Amino acid sequence: MFLRRIFNNVPRYFILYYAMIAFWLGATAMHIPDGYLSPVTCVVMFLIVLPFWVRGVQKLRQKMNAKNVPLIALLAAFSFVIMMFNVPIPGGTTAHAVGGSLIAVILGPEITTIAVSIALLIQALFFGDGGILAYGANCFNMAVVLPYVSYAIYQAIRGKTDVASKRTVIGAAVGGWVGLTVAAFFAGFEFGIQPMLFHTADGTPLYAPYPLSVSIPAMVIAHALVASVVEALITGLVVAYLQRANRPALEMPKQEQFSPEAGGFAKWRVLLVILAVLVVVTPIGLLAPGTAWGEWGTDELSSLGLSFIPSGMAKLSGLWSAPMPDYNLPALGNANLGYVLSAVVGAIVIAIVVWLFTFLLMRGKSKSAGEVSQKS
Amino acid sequence: MNIAAPHRRARSGFVERTLVDINHALEQSIFAERLARQQGLLQGIDARVKVIALLLLLLAVNLSHSLWVIAGLYAAALLLALLSRVPFWAYLKRTWAFTLIFTGIVALPALFITPGPVWVHLPLDIIITQTGGRTALFLLFRTGASVATAVLFVLTTPWNSLLKALGVLHVPDVIILVLGMTYRYIHLLLHTANDMFLSRRSRILKRMTDAEERRLAAATAGTLLAKSLQISSDVYLAMESQGFRGYPRTLETFRMRWSDWCFGMVVVLMSTAAIWLGR
Repeated sequence: MFLRRIFNNVPRYFILYYAMIAFWLGATAMHIPDGYLSPVTCVVMFLIVLPFWVRGVQKLRQKMNAKNVPLIALLAAFSFVIMMFNVPIPGGTTAHAVGGSLIAVILGPEITTIAVSIALLIQALFFGDGGILAYGANCFNMAVVLPYVSYAIYQAIRGKTDVASKRTVIGAAVGGWVGLTVAAFFAGFEFGIQPMLFHTADGTPLYAPYPLSVSIPAMVIAHALVASVVEALITGLVVAYLQRANRPALEMPKQEQFSPEAGGFAKWRVLLVILAVLVVVTPIGLLAPGTAWGEWGTDELSSLGLSFIPSGMAKLSGLWSAPMPDYNLPALGNANLGYVLSAVVGAIVIAIVVWLFTFLLMRGKSKSAGEVSQKS
Repeated sequence: MNIAAPHRRARSGFVERTLVDINHALEQSIFAERLARQQGLLQGIDARVKVIALLLLLLAVNLSHSLWVIAGLYAAALLLALLSRVPFWAYLKRTWAFTLIFTGIVALPALFITPGPVWVHLPLDIIITQTGGRTALFLLFRTGASVATAVLFVLTTPWNSLLKALGVLHVPDVIILVLGMTYRYIHLLLHTANDMFLSRRSRILKRMTDAEERRLAAATAGTLLAKSLQISSDVYLAMESQGFRGYPRTLETFRMRWSDWCFGMVVVLMSTAAIWLGR
C-alpha cells in the first residue's frame, strides 16, 4: 500500500522521537518546568504578564468588589480540578484540559487570567507541576494567550446570537482548540529561542536544546492533535451541557457585567494583535541555522552529511512540488521577503479556511434550526 | 462461565483514571502537611526566609554554566532534606521520577541530533555527540536540582505560612487571600468530584463507550462549575455576615530569630558563590 511504503521509508527513530515528544506533551500539557528556560527569559515573560495581573487585581479591588474574592477562589479551584480530568479523545488515548477557555467563555478573559494564574501557582508550589522561575512563562501561555485568544474567537463565531444557540457551542469549542494551539506555539517559541541565545562558548545549549525549527512544530502538532482537542471537547461539551442543564450559569456575564464590551472591531483586536505578532516574529525562523527537523529535501539530506538517500525517498521526492518551496517565492529573488510573505499568505489562507468551515457549518445549522422553528 | 469476563481491550476507563488522579492529589496534600509539622532544620526556619532562599537557590541553579556547580547545589538540597528529616527515598523517588520520565524523554533526542564532535559511536551508525551529551546533562541536572529544591522547601512549610510569606515578594493581600481560599476549595471540589464519579461508577453495568465517557466528563465538569458559582455566592454571604470588608486580616505574626538570620546568610553566601563559580 502507498501509505505503508511511505511509513517503511521513515527511519524508526523518527517515529520513536515524535512518539516520545507527543507522549511528554500529552502528559505535561505545557507546564514548563524550571531548567528549560534561562532566568532571563523567565524575567522577560514575567514582565510581559505583569500588566495582565495588575489589570485583573485592579478589577478585583475596585469594580468587582469583595463579592468576587470567593468567586475567583472557586474558579481557580475549579480550573485546578479540571486539569485532573482525563478525557478520552478519538484515537484511544486520554489527555487533560486546562479549562482556561471554558472560564473565559463564562466570565471573560481578565478574570480567567487571575483564576488560572492562581491554579498554576498552586500547581507549581504544591505539586511541582510547572517551574517556579518559569511561572511567568506558564502564566503567559496558559493564563493570558489561551483565554484571550479563545474568547476573541468565541465572540467572533458566536456573534450576536442567543446563549442557547449552536453557534455558542461551536464558538466555545473552536475557541478552545485555537486558543491552546496558539498557546502551544508560544511555548514552542520560548523553548526554541533558548539554544540561539544561551549556549556555552563551544555551542552547547544551556537550556532547552532544540531550535525553533524543531520546538515549534513539535509543540504545535502535538497540541493540535491531543491537548487542544481535549480543550475543545471540554469547552464545547460543558457549554452544551450548561445550555441544557443550567442556563443561568452561562448568562452570568450579562448580569454581572463581567465581560468587556466587545463589538465591531474591538472583539477582533486581541486576535489581530496576536496574529500580527505571529507574522512579525516569523522571520526569527531565518536566524535558526539548521533546516526544519524532518522536513529535509533530498538535497539537504546530503548536505547534512547523510551519505545516501533512501531509495524510496528519492523516488517519492518528485511526487509533490509545492507552489512555494521552502516558503520562498523564487520569482521574488529575496529569500527573507519571501519568508515573511509566506507567513502572511499562510495566515490569510488559514483564516479563509477557518471562516469557510465555520460559515458552511453555520449555514447547515441555521437552516435546520429554521426548519424546526417553522414546524413548531 | 465467567459473566464478568474482562473486555479484550480492557483498559481502565476514564472514570477510574480520574478517581486515581484525584485520590493521588488528596494523598499528596496530606503528606505535605504532615512533613511540615515535624521537627527538622528547614521546618524551624521563618517562612519568609525560606521563600527568599528558595528563589536564590533556583536562580543559582538556573544561572550556572557549570555542571559541577549544579551538581553541588543538588547535593546541598539532599543534605538539607536529610537534616530536615524528610523520608529520603520517598523524596528521591518523587523528584527523580518526574525528572527522568519527563525531562529524560525530552533530553534523549538531543544526544543524537545536536551537531558536534563525536563522543560515542553506537552500532547502526548512531552517533552521540559531545555537545549533545552535555546539553542533555544540563537539562537533566538543572530540572532535577530545581525540582528537588522546590519540592523540599514546599514540603517543609505549612501552606498557610507559605502563603503569608508571599507578602515579602509584594504579592497583593487580595491574591494571598484568594490563594488560601482556593487551596481549601480544591479539597472541597475534589471531594465533590470524587463523590460524583463514585456514584456514577457504582451504577455502571457495562463498559462505557468513549463518547459516553466524554459526555459524562462534560456533565461532571459542568455541574462542578455550576456548583462552584453557587458556592462562591453562598461563601460571600457567609463572609459578609462575619464582617468581611474586602481585605484580609491574619492573627499570626512572623518574628525573625538568630537561626533564621544564620540560615539566610548561609543561603545568600552559597548562592552567590555558586553563581560566581558557574559564570
